[in-house]
Amino acid sequence: MERTLTYSEAIREATEQEMARDSSVIVMGMGVDDFKAIYGTTRGLQERFGRDRVFDTPLSEDAMTGIAIGASLAGLRPIHVHIRMDFVLLAMNQIINIAAKARYMYGGAVSVPIVVRSVIGRSWGQGAQHSQGLHALFMHVPGLRVVAPSTPYDAKGCMIQSIRDDNPVVFIEHRMLHAQRGHVPEDPYTVPFGKARILAKGSDLTLVGVSYMAVECLRAQRLLAGVNVSAEVIDPVSLSPLDIETIVTSVKKTGRLLVVDSAWTTCGAGAEILVQVGERLQGQPHFRWQRMGFAPVTCPTTRNLENLFYPNAQTVAASAFALVHDNHKSWVPEFEEASEVVEFKGPF
Amino acid sequence: MNERLYRSVYRIRRVEEEVARIYPTDKIKSPVHLSIGQEAVSVGVCSALQPEDVVFGTYRGHALYLAKGGSLRKMIAELYGKATGCAKGKGGSMHLIDVAAGMMGTSAVVGTTIPHAVGYAYAMQLRRTKVVTAAFFGEGAVDEGVFHESINFASLKKLPMLFICENNFYSIHSHQRDRQPFANVMERARANGVPAERVEDGDVLKIYAKVQPAVEEIRRTGAGPRFFECMVYRWKEHVGPHDDFDKGYRSREEAETWFQSDPVRRLGALLAPDVRARIEAEVDVEVQDAFAFAEASPFPDESELYTDMFKEVVPWSAP
Repeated sequence: MERTLTYSEAIREATEQEMARDSSVIVMGMGVDDFKAIYGTTRGLQERFGRDRVFDTPLSEDAMTGIAIGASLAGLRPIHVHIRMDFVLLAMNQIINIAAKARYMYGGAVSVPIVVRSVIGRSWGQGAQHSQGLHALFMHVPGLRVVAPSTPYDAKGCMIQSIRDDNPVVFIEHRMLHAQRGHVPEDPYTVPFGKARILAKGSDLTLVGVSYMAVECLRAQRLLAGVNVSAEVIDPVSLSPLDIETIVTSVKKTGRLLVVDSAWTTCGAGAEILVQVGERLQGQPHFRWQRMGFAPVTCPTTRNLENLFYPNAQTVAASAFALVHDNHKSWVPEFEEASEVVEFKGPF
Repeated sequence: MNERLYRSVYRIRRVEEEVARIYPTDKIKSPVHLSIGQEAVSVGVCSALQPEDVVFGTYRGHALYLAKGGSLRKMIAELYGKATGCAKGKGGSMHLIDVAAGMMGTSAVVGTTIPHAVGYAYAMQLRRTKVVTAAFFGEGAVDEGVFHESINFASLKKLPMLFICENNFYSIHSHQRDRQPFANVMERARANGVPAERVEDGDVLKIYAKVQPAVEEIRRTGAGPRFFECMVYRWKEHVGPHDDFDKGYRSREEAETWFQSDPVRRLGALLAPDVRARIEAEVDVEVQDAFAFAEASPFPDESELYTDMFKEVVPWSAP
């Protein structure tokens, strides 16, 4: 029988295997050793590897990021965990001015192999400061790897790759993905950065879903199949470097591209993907494209506005349908809240 | 005075108990960080403030909001995500605000409102008002650089303000001793030239008795900031309505002394039974009314998604 794990378990297994393999790997961050264990992703690590290698930190994101950088300069491979990406904003100076630049500005003399694990996304009512997807801020800066896997398989492979990578990596995990279950081999493996994954084959339109939106794009693909639209679904997996060729190849076939991000659209991952595709396909007739993401407002807490704020399978399918039919026809499937959104109880 | 203080602490306790009771129904689809066990600090300090004085708080802000005079109806409606909430349902429990009451907001990010209080106090000093501003924060915020930077500036400028450290020992599940080498929050204030005192047992009257003259001195003489570290204990889990003494990071025994010295009960015992019963009955009616108001209120109109982003109404085109 195929071995399955949840996305959380996949991250935990990757971390545990790498810590066992390489004594320079350490895990630090607020709550990594508590009973909630960052959605289970750090469970048991302190028991196995001790308090020196797995430790809780003061609420000092800026300093602790600098400390992780210092430790990495001395040869450690710190994984710094942030239970909300919103908290990473307190560490931006260290990440952008130092981690991203140290190798270059020191002429290649040093490496900063840190992994900044950062949880994004909705659960319920997380609101203004607990839900942001700010991956585009990091994509903008040369010197940072940015990965946002959507499947348990890629979560494990990307985590191992992130730990082994000699560059700073921002590893983005959406809360609605943590409970998703999928095939995960037990033996360690890496998923290379800069390689997108085709999640479903199709011929009428290319759907690109970033992080959790890959799941919603797959659902949209099934809805679209019911109205005779064949969608190809691509998960970029790695946002920087970005595998644009896989997306371009797909769009050459379908002629339609809809990019759906777990973030705002302006200057976002979707904008970057569209413009890179556009640069390669400009002049080609019948190429149509669109992007979707958060509404261009602060995230509201109340459920009815929250449901309007986020894209979902139905709004993605409706936009895809209109795009395929050059806006001459419209179709809107009935709204149905995603099971993981409905089932999520309580704030954490 | 005792009657006023008791009404305030009992009211917060009852509201929080009702939130905890309702929470499992999922009518409040947003995180709640309950103030049960910590009511005394907000009440003791805010009772020493005037209506025009201003406070800034944290995501564990229900007690502060209510103690400063924030509308109870609007708070419960906000938790329910209703259009009648203090932030129209857009902010939730972690972002309570009532500008008219001098409750200037709360943040979900630890330590972030401390400099806002400093800046507000700076403006009040610049404009030569007699307003006193108070920054409320937990001992977790002392881990953050912004705490030290803020207190340095406040001391430098002799700003008319209070720093109120509500020390409940835990940052989520991490004890202060696992995050700070010494339990000396006060001394960090003193090192910045700010007079600081600690109140050990979460007693409302003691907190009031210490803070009240400090506020008056600041108001009268412009004597610069004062710092109070108030020891309290969070009875419920970090976030949510439940107990968590079975989770391994703290024990019921540790909590027991705090249950025994419950400031709400202690203060209630000082009142004549009939006075106490009258206050409790009045508060209970008010609390029921607030929840009924929230239940009956509408959710925000869908057009509200696009309002309040800028001062001007922006003609957003929905995606």
